[in-house]
Amino acid sequence: MRTVLTSKWTKVAVFLLAVTPLARLVWAAFHHGLGANPIEFITHQTGDWILIFLMLTLAVTPARKLFRQPELIRFRRMLGLFAFTYAFLHFSTWIGLDKFFDGTEMLHDVRKRPFITAGFSGFLLMVPLAITSTAGWIRRLGGKRWQALHRLVYASALAGVVHYYWLVKSDVRKPLLFAAILALLLALRVVLGLVQKRRAGARDIRQEETTTTEGA
Amino acid sequence: MTIKKSHDIPYSEVTPKNVYLNRRRFLAASAGALGSLAWHPSQVLALAGTKLSVALKSPFSTTESQTSYADVTHYNNFYEFGTEKTDPAKNAQNFKTSPWRVSVSGEVNKPGNFDLDALQKLAPLEERVYRHRCVEAWSIVVPWIGFPLNVLIKQVEPTSKAGFVAFESFYDRGQMPESSHAGIPLPYVEGLRMDEAMHPLCLLCFGMYGEALPKQDGAPVRLVIPWKYGFKSIKSIVKIRFVKSQPPATWNLSNPNEYGFYSNVNPGVDHPRWSQAKERRLGEFFRRPTLPFNGYADQVAQLYAGMDLRKYF
Repeated sequence: MRTVLTSKWTKVAVFLLAVTPLARLVWAAFHHGLGANPIEFITHQTGDWILIFLMLTLAVTPARKLFRQPELIRFRRMLGLFAFTYAFLHFSTWIGLDKFFDGTEMLHDVRKRPFITAGFSGFLLMVPLAITSTAGWIRRLGGKRWQALHRLVYASALAGVVHYYWLVKSDVRKPLLFAAILALLLALRVVLGLVQKRRAGARDIRQEETTTTEGA
Repeated sequence: MTIKKSHDIPYSEVTPKNVYLNRRRFLAASAGALGSLAWHPSQVLALAGTKLSVALKSPFSTTESQTSYADVTHYNNFYEFGTEKTDPAKNAQNFKTSPWRVSVSGEVNKPGNFDLDALQKLAPLEERVYRHRCVEAWSIVVPWIGFPLNVLIKQVEPTSKAGFVAFESFYDRGQMPESSHAGIPLPYVEGLRMDEAMHPLCLLCFGMYGEALPKQDGAPVRLVIPWKYGFKSIKSIVKIRFVKSQPPATWNLSNPNEYGFYSNVNPGVDHPRWSQAKERRLGEFFRRPTLPFNGYADQVAQLYAGMDLRKYF
C-alpha cells in the first residue's frame, strides 16, 4: 500500500483522473454533446466537480488518520487545486458566457441573489488558498499560520453546498447528499481530534506515572 | 379577401426528420465551434410521430425562427419523469397515453368525459408558432398544433358561477417512478381565470412540428398559454373543472414566494433568485431581452388592466 501511495505514477494517475471531467467537457463541446443548453450544462458539470473535489480534499486528513496512511497527504494539494480549477471554470462560465463580462449585472446578482452571494464567497475564499498552496508560501507563513489560513476551506465548502441547495428548484437530493458528506467529514475531524486528545492525555498520565515511579 | 389555407402537406413532411438532421450535421461540420452547440443525430431519441393534419395556419404565429425539434424534445421540465432536463425524454417513453379520457366537470351545463379522439375533433386543428418562455429564463419557439381552449369551454357551457378553470395532469407512480423525487405535490394542478381561459391565444394543444405531442412534451393533450411562464401550460391533462374561486396551482403551492398564480411573463418582476429581464433562447448564444407578456402584451395586457402586477405576479 505504502509503495503504491508513494509512487510517482500514482500521482500521475490521480492527476489524469482529475483532469478527465474537463477533458470530457471539451470533447463533448466538439462532438455535440453539450445538449440543448450548453452554457447551463457546462455550469452544472463544473459545479458538481468543484464540490466533489472539495469533498475529496477534505477527506484526505480523516482518511490518513482512520486508515493510518499518512502518505495520502501527497494528494491533498493536487485535489484542492483541482477544486479551484473547476471553481475557476465555473466562475468564468458565469461571468464570461452567462453575463458576458457585464460587471454591473454581476455585482447586482452577487448583492441581490443569496445563492450567488454564497457561491461567489465560496470561490473568493478559495483564491488565497490556491495562491498559498506552494511550499514557498508554507515556509513564508509558517506551518501554524498556513494551517490556520487553510481552514478557510471549511467555509468555502460550506458556502458551496449552501449555494447548490439554494439554487435548486425542488429536487434537493444532490445538494443534501453533498451536505451530508461535508457534515460527515467535519464530524470525523471533531471525533478524531477528541480521540487523539484522549490518547495524548492517556500517554501523559502514563508518562507521569512512570516518572513518579522512577522518582520514588 | 380569402384566408389563405395551408397546403395539405403536414409540417413534418415539409422538413423530414432525416433531412433536417442531415442539415444539422452539415451545419455542425461547417460551423466549427458554433456547430458544436448543435445536436448529434445519434443523440436524438427516436419518437413515435403520429402525423397530425393541420387545417389552418394561425395569424397568431410568430415568424421567428423555430427551435430545433431535438431541443424541444430533449430539454424538458416534466417533473413526473425526473427533474433533470434530459430525464423526460428518457423516462417518458413507456408512458401510456392511449386510451385517454379527459373529464370535464364543475360549474357547467354539459359535463362529460371526452376521449381524445372526440376532443381533438371539436374543431379544425391549427398550427400556431408561439414563443414559450420558461420561468427559468430560457425560451423556445414551437409550432404547436391545437385549437383555442375556448372551443371546449363553449361546448360544455359554463354556468355564471364559473369564475376559474382548474386543470389536473395524469399521475401514476407506477408509470412515473421518478416522480417520488419531484419535490412538488403531485398530481400537478394548474388554474386560469375564466377570461384567461377564454382568450383566443390560450391553446388546447395536441401536437407540435406536424406530429402528435411526444410524451415528454405533455402527450396527448396539454395547454399552451404563450404569455405566461411555461409551467402554467399544464401537460397530459386528465381533468378540467370549472370552479367558483381561484384553484390551487402546483408551483404556487410548493413555493408561493417564487411562483404566483398568474405567472405572466414579466421582465420587470424578478424571480427572487434570478432576474427575469433576459432569457436564453435555446440554440442562441447571447441572452435576449424578455418582453412583457412574452411579446403578447397587445393581445392580453387588457386582461390585467388595473391590477398591480408586482402583487399579482
